[in-house]
Amino acid sequence: MNTVAAQVTPLDAVPPAGGQRWVERFAGLGFAAPAFILLVLTNLAPLAALAFLSFTNYELGALDFSFVGFKNFGAALQDPVIRRSVTNTLLYVAIVVPGGVLLSLLVAILIHQRKRTRSLYEVIYFLPVTSTLIAMATMWQFLLHPTLGLINQALKGLGFAETAFLSEPRLVIPTLAAIGIWQLVGFNMVLFLAGLSAIPRDLYEAVDIDGASHPIDRFLKVTWPMLGPTTMFVTVTTFITAFKIFDTVTVMTRGGPGGASEVLLYAIYLEGFQYFHMSYAATLTLVFLAFTLVFSVLQTFILDRRVHY
Amino acid sequence: MAGLTLRGIRKTFGDTAVLNDIDLDIADGEFLTLVGPSGCGKSTLLRIIAGLESQDSGSVSIGGTSVDHLRPHERRIAMVFQNYALYPHMSVFDNIALPLTMTRLNLFERLPLMRHLSLRRRRIMNEIAREVRAVAEQLRIESFFHRRPGQLSGGQRQRVALGRAMVRHPQAFLMDEPLSNLDAKLRVHMRGELTELHARLGATMIYVTHDQIEAMTMSDRLAVMDHGDILQLGTPADVYERPATTAVAQFIGSPAINLFQARVGPGGQVELLGRTLPIEVRNAPTPELTVGVRPEAMRIGGGPCAVTCRFRRRENLGSECILHFDLVASPEVAVLCRVDNGIPIPEGEVPLAFEPRDCHVFDNNGRRIEVESRNAAGRDLRRASEVR
Repeated sequence: MNTVAAQVTPLDAVPPAGGQRWVERFAGLGFAAPAFILLVLTNLAPLAALAFLSFTNYELGALDFSFVGFKNFGAALQDPVIRRSVTNTLLYVAIVVPGGVLLSLLVAILIHQRKRTRSLYEVIYFLPVTSTLIAMATMWQFLLHPTLGLINQALKGLGFAETAFLSEPRLVIPTLAAIGIWQLVGFNMVLFLAGLSAIPRDLYEAVDIDGASHPIDRFLKVTWPMLGPTTMFVTVTTFITAFKIFDTVTVMTRGGPGGASEVLLYAIYLEGFQYFHMSYAATLTLVFLAFTLVFSVLQTFILDRRVHY
Repeated sequence: MAGLTLRGIRKTFGDTAVLNDIDLDIADGEFLTLVGPSGCGKSTLLRIIAGLESQDSGSVSIGGTSVDHLRPHERRIAMVFQNYALYPHMSVFDNIALPLTMTRLNLFERLPLMRHLSLRRRRIMNEIAREVRAVAEQLRIESFFHRRPGQLSGGQRQRVALGRAMVRHPQAFLMDEPLSNLDAKLRVHMRGELTELHARLGATMIYVTHDQIEAMTMSDRLAVMDHGDILQLGTPADVYERPATTAVAQFIGSPAINLFQARVGPGGQVELLGRTLPIEVRNAPTPELTVGVRPEAMRIGGGPCAVTCRFRRRENLGSECILHFDLVASPEVAVLCRVDNGIPIPEGEVPLAFEPRDCHVFDNNGRRIEVESRNAAGRDLRRASEVR
């Protein structure tokens, strides 16, 4: 009885006649076409062009070019500037990601409880996000000036030695990272605030009744696990933003002192737009994209399993 | 287990008074339900008992000692929330064990990573595991110990929430609409389980609901609340048979009670729509009265107590049906009558009769007035027929 019933096709599941099916298929493709074409023109085609360029020896303004295979990739591996840039970028990311995520979480938790002053603090912390980093970098450069800068004056006042933050090779990346964190905290804070507001209040009440009234317990048992998806998102976006470190380097250090602040994106910019080695710049861009892709995918896959319940 | 005493509890949110001077004694082992429409203050009262909200004045004592200065977990009560409030990132086992780990392990032993360093912790955790298992057996939830709440059905989550409450052997269970997120069938089932659980544990339970059927079926006593006051406190039978106010009468009983405008006639007789009923009231504060008759007390047919109504429609409940009428004298008044399904459907205008003893009489402030000389039915009957 059951098998017979299962074989009967319901009336509305009868496939339409041949002609009609083609009309529907083309209509569907037609509707999808604008989005698809835009995607190809703005994302896929440039990426293909980039990949294509990276296998040539094209230079901006050159009349012709030839294929050179993996020569550009080999050169990149040998290039001391690129090695330094990758190391510096990774160091920068290693400071900015934990700093930018944890500090913004702390700020979000601190101001989430404020009632009247919350919006004031939100605006203050968000200000660096709205300002252009180029202008802010100039301001930072002034603040960090070894003799005139406010920060060094303050340090001197406190009895510390004068510190050349931007011309001391060991300090330049941490200093840039601090500026990067300063710029990111406001944005991440807003994301964390949204995450905090979404935590059901009765979980805190349950944990209160169950005996976890110590703030550390409340954080470990409710806040931190419930912020899992937000933390993952914030970490991945912070990572990508940190990887793209460029403007502060360009404005403040130009890769100096002695290459101590050369970063990947700045190296690409120099190769492409200063030395006009378009094919080499394309190769480096591809490497850069591969880095971000691999890290983002890794983070997403490792974290995603642990933050969604 | 312990009894609870509330004295003079007041609470306002801004300018809105939520609780006005609530006094309530809850006996050890009693199942007391706070029932009322939304916004009546029942949940706030429960949260004040739990310590999640603080009262403006008044005091809460549990087992004879004041708990006003204690934090929620120090009051040794357990609460079951409407949305269960299970910790979504923890397994069922960890959810139930949490109240015990929180009280028995110190902060150091509770920290991640650090906990592996403590030897004492293992011994305590074994003990906790044994107790969690004992509770889980009672609720039949051992089979999904290692799942997370997100993988459970509503009824299973409900049980886990109960388990988390039971594992601490609290002085009292507080339940805030625990069944309202379940589907109708499961709700009926859990109603029975909760009643049995209460009998088995002998625990003091305070149960908040807006569902009068839950209140009627589960409670030892119920407190009907509205606008921050307890309108009536009594056994379900008390509240149903002798509602203290029109609001209580309307809230308890389904379908809702029929209310008619009436007057006190000469000699204390109740006059309803120009007809003198065989009921007398003494000491009525005002001549205006409200007479309430429950739909199940009405029947089609004439008699000394009857109102003439026009039939509108019928709702079939299976074994019974609810007949909807309009009062002929004032058509905006709906009259409901609950009868067996077998009787023929009336047409047009019919008299609906009821017994004098089924009348609830209220003054124009809605307060119940005790009806007297009900036994004078014979004389009244005669007079009623003369009037007709």
